[in-house]
Amino acid sequence: MTSLAMQRRKATAIRVWTQFRSSRQGMIGLAVLALFVLLALAAPLLADARELNPVFARSQGNPQWGTPGDFGPLGTDHIRRSVWAQFVWGSRVSLFVGLAATVLTIFIGSVIGIVSGFVGGKTDGVLMRITEWFLVIPFLPLAIVLASVLGRSVWNIIFVIGITSWPSTARLVRAQVLTVKQRLFVDRARSLGANGSHIVLHHILPNVSGLILANATLAVPISILTETTLAFLGLGDPSSASWGKTLEEAFVNGAIVRNAWWYFLPAGIGILAVVLAFTLIGRTLEEIANPRLSRQR
Amino acid sequence: MLGSLLTLVFVLVFNFFLFRVVQADPIASLFRGRNVPQQTIDDLRTSFGLDEPALTQFAYYLRETAQLNLGISYQSRQPVWDEITAAVPATVALVGISAILSAVIGTVLGIVAAWRRNTWKDHAITSGTMVFYSMPDFWLGMILLVLFAVVLGWFPVGGIVDAGSTATGMARLLDQAHHIFLPALTLTLAYLGEYALIARSSLLDVMGEDYLVVARAKGLRDAVVRNRHAVPNAVLPVVTLTAINFGFVLSGAIAVEAVFSWPGLGKATADAIRGPDLPMLQGLFLLFSASVIVFNLLADLAYLWLDPRVEEV
Repeated sequence: MTSLAMQRRKATAIRVWTQFRSSRQGMIGLAVLALFVLLALAAPLLADARELNPVFARSQGNPQWGTPGDFGPLGTDHIRRSVWAQFVWGSRVSLFVGLAATVLTIFIGSVIGIVSGFVGGKTDGVLMRITEWFLVIPFLPLAIVLASVLGRSVWNIIFVIGITSWPSTARLVRAQVLTVKQRLFVDRARSLGANGSHIVLHHILPNVSGLILANATLAVPISILTETTLAFLGLGDPSSASWGKTLEEAFVNGAIVRNAWWYFLPAGIGILAVVLAFTLIGRTLEEIANPRLSRQR
Repeated sequence: MLGSLLTLVFVLVFNFFLFRVVQADPIASLFRGRNVPQQTIDDLRTSFGLDEPALTQFAYYLRETAQLNLGISYQSRQPVWDEITAAVPATVALVGISAILSAVIGTVLGIVAAWRRNTWKDHAITSGTMVFYSMPDFWLGMILLVLFAVVLGWFPVGGIVDAGSTATGMARLLDQAHHIFLPALTLTLAYLGEYALIARSSLLDVMGEDYLVVARAKGLRDAVVRNRHAVPNAVLPVVTLTAINFGFVLSGAIAVEAVFSWPGLGKATADAIRGPDLPMLQGLFLLFSASVIVFNLLADLAYLWLDPRVEEV
C-alpha cells in the first residue's frame, strides 16, 4: 500500500472519530459498551467462578433463594449460586456469542454481496435467489430448527445465528458494490491491467468497508437477542451460561411465582444495556457514513 | 407469484433433508424406550417408505404433506396436523390483537414524533420505543407477569381460561380477555418501536416536499396538512411492514407464549424443543414459512394497489 493511500485512510479515521465524538448518543453507547467489556474482561477479579458451582455454593453455606439483603450483592438462586457471579460470568458468554456470530454474519454477507455485485450475471442471479430465500424464511423458527438439530453448544449457536442472519448484509453490500463498480477508478485500474481480485481487494473493499462496519454494529443487537431467545427456549450451551441461560433457569425454576426479581432482572438489564449501546453506536456510524440520514433523525 | 411458489418448494426440500440428516430412523425415535415387537416396527417402516431410496422418500414426503399428513407427534402421539390446527386460534387471537394494536399505536406515535421533531415529545417517544425494542420480549413479559400477576394479583399467571372453569358464553369470553391482557400488552409494547421508527423516518422524508409548502400556503390548518397531505404519502413503508409482520403472526410469539403458558403455536414450539419432538418442529416450521410466504405475496399486491408507480410484482 502506498503511503498516500495510508495517509488518506488515516485522515478518514480521524474525521470519523471527530464526528463520532460530537454525537451524544454515540458517546453514551460507547461508554456503556466499554463498561460491559471491562466487566467481562475483569470477571475473575469481580466474582469467584466457583460460585457458579452448586456444590461449592452449598458448601459455603449460601442461602437458597437468598434476597440481595441475605446475600450480597444480588442474592442467590434455587441451588444457592450467587446471582452476581452468574451476571458477571454470563456477560462473557453473551458478548462473545454476540460478537462471534456477528463476525460470521458479516463475513458471509460481505463475501456473497461482493461476489454477487462484482461478478454479476448468472452468479449474481443464483446468489440473490438464495439470499431472497433466506430473507423470506422466518428467521427465528429457522434458527430454532437448526439449533435443535445440531445440538446445544456455544459454537453451534454462533453458527446458527451466522447462517440465518447474513442475507440483509449481503443485499446491502451488493448494492454498494454495484455503485462503486461504476466509478472511474475501477475502469482505470482495469485498463492498467489489474485483475479481479486486485480490484476487489484494493478498490472495492476499501469503499464498502465503512458500510460493512456500520452494518456490523447494528447486527450485534440482533445476534445477542437471538442468542438470548434461543437460550431461553432451552437451546443454550448447558456448560457455559449466558445471560439468556440465566433467564431460562430463573423462569423454569419458578422465580416468577416466588417474586425472585433479583434472579431475572440483572441478566435482562445487561442484555438491554448492551443491545442499546450497540444500537446507539451503529446509528451514529450510519449517520456519519450516510449524512442524508442525520437530517431525518 | 412464481417466486413465492419456488420459495415454498425450497422450504419443502430443506425441511425434508434437514430432518432426514439428523433423524436417520424416525420409527426408532417414535418408539424410543418402549417395548415394541420388531415385526410392528418393520411393518411401519415399510408403510412409511423408509426402505426406499431418498428421492422416493422425498416423493412420499411431498404426497403426504399435500394431504396434510405431517406425521405423529412424539410427545402426544397425536397427528401433528391436529396438534397444530388446535393451537392456531389461540396464537391468531393473541398475536393478531397485538399486531393490530402495535401497528396503530406505533404509527400514531411515529407521526407525532416526526411532526413535533426535536421537541420533548419526540425525544420521549423515540427513546421510549427504542428501549422496548432493545429488550428481549419474553423478559418484558416476565417483569409484567411478576408485577401484575404475582405482586398485585390483578391478572392470572398463565393459560387461556381459569383452570377447571366451565363457564360458557359471555363469562368465558371475559375470562379469556382477562388472560390475554398481559401477553397482549407485552407483545404490543415489544412490536411498537419498529412501527414508530419507520413511521417517523418516512414522514420526515416527505416533510420537505413542495406539496406540503403549497398546502400550507393555501392556508390549511396544521392538522389538515398532516392528515391529508403528509401522512398518506408516508404510509407505504408502514403498510409493507404491517403486511410482512402479519406473516410472522403465527411464529411471532414463541418465547412470550412460553412465559404466559399461552396454548398456541409458540408454546407448542417451545414444548417441541424440550422433547425434542422433531415431527412437531418440522410441521411447525413448514406452517410458519408458508404463512410468511403468503403474506409477502399479499404485501406485494397491496403495494401495487397503493402505489401505481410500482409496476411489477
